[in-house]
Amino acid sequence: MVNARRVVVTGLGATTPLGGDVKTTWDGVLHGRSGVTGLDPDWVSRYDLPVSFACRLAEPAEERLTRSEWKRLDPSGRFALVASREAWADAGRPELDAERLGVALASGIGGVWTLLEAYDTLRDRGPRRVLPMTVPMLMPNGPAAAVGLEIGARAGVRAPVSACSSGAEAIAMAFDMIRTGKADVVLAGGTEAAIHSVTVAGFAAMQALSTRNDEPERASRPYDVDRDGFVMGEGAAALVLESEEHARARGARVYGELAGAGITSDAHHIAAPDPVGAGASRAMRAALADGDISPRDVVHVNAHATSTPVGDVAEVAAIRAALGDAADGVAVSATKSMTGHLLGAAGALEAVFTVLALEQRVAPPTINLDTKDPEADIDVVGATPRPLGDGDLVGVNNSFGFGGHNVALAFRNVA
Amino acid sequence: MPVEQQEILAALAEIINEETGVATDAVQPDKAFTEDLDIDSLSMMTIVVNAEERFGIRIPDDDVKNLRTVGDAVGYISSASV
Repeated sequence: MVNARRVVVTGLGATTPLGGDVKTTWDGVLHGRSGVTGLDPDWVSRYDLPVSFACRLAEPAEERLTRSEWKRLDPSGRFALVASREAWADAGRPELDAERLGVALASGIGGVWTLLEAYDTLRDRGPRRVLPMTVPMLMPNGPAAAVGLEIGARAGVRAPVSACSSGAEAIAMAFDMIRTGKADVVLAGGTEAAIHSVTVAGFAAMQALSTRNDEPERASRPYDVDRDGFVMGEGAAALVLESEEHARARGARVYGELAGAGITSDAHHIAAPDPVGAGASRAMRAALADGDISPRDVVHVNAHATSTPVGDVAEVAAIRAALGDAADGVAVSATKSMTGHLLGAAGALEAVFTVLALEQRVAPPTINLDTKDPEADIDVVGATPRPLGDGDLVGVNNSFGFGGHNVALAFRNVA
Repeated sequence: MPVEQQEILAALAEIINEETGVATDAVQPDKAFTEDLDIDSLSMMTIVVNAEERFGIRIPDDDVKNLRTVGDAVGYISSASV
């Protein structure tokens, strides 16, 4: 976009299966740690679930919130508040006119825990025992609203839902809010707390989940020839986006720049991705064009790569179509191999990873890649992190959601 | 205040603290829920649900309107609990 305001990243926050903050999470990523743990054995046996593992939050939200805060939020709201507080503090809690401050934050599935528990309460104990806060807790905009209330945002609190690309779409929306002059600072992110027996059963019924129950830590294996589905994760991540002039004026620490965003849709199938990745490739090209970036400038891609047989290779086709010959010079990382798939939070968490990869000049590893699928014809970073070299670096973060949503975010490091 | 009412006050203070974060020792009989303790209507409704559960009584919505202070609530719960 010509003559657009430049947008930079001035704060990061996260609570994930690898750690309760950005530092611990990123450290886990660089060391190739797996976030997998077992599911509640009670559910697994009671409901005979075909999957007995997931990537659960490393640090319980109750350790970071007061009791009354915790009680008034669905778990997705709790995670969002923890991650957003970290990001806001990291940005230095900027003081600005509330009418210039916004929020864009979404989950893919919403307050499913609150909904299901309230239904149980209604059936077991009647309507008078259903808590008055039930609706505010289950509404999908709840986390965004709670964060907006926390930081006093009056320029608009947005919650753009697009399944597994929600977190990335929220960042793209925040980018737009700032570039079109509606806000100077926007806290953007994604959250998900959907590891419930019903969602596990639902995803398993679609054969979307890995059933590698005997070796759960090796189940999330993007690009590996034996991959058999994704591993459910939960958590939240947040980034503070700010106009460059606002950030420079207050002397903020700048991690990097959000240079471009591309959003497209497949119109192919309600859940399956287009096997040739046409929509995904258009999103990547749109992000590059938006940031006036040549494919040759791209050195790193944080792939969506969830470890499904179909999805991983569809994305490879998209990367090749978008970057052409330049695709050979790109270090591709599939961090879901370590974190699992955080659904609505994935795009935001992987944006955090992309920003840090460029700032620290190191592409994260991809673990469990024992035998690379020959169809995954791109350069995937292996078991150890890879240096990204000197100079200007551009990285692209891909996120694709059930429903055919494609979001690509192009980040750039700063000198 | 009779011992039984002191116990009701202590239990109510815990419920209010859990829901709103207001310190238990701030929950005194002369304090008005809205004006002094800054408790909004949604929190008040939640406190009522929890009090009904805790004390094994029912507090119809019409009666809640008349409970302006902590003391009003303690008195109400005490009478309803016989």
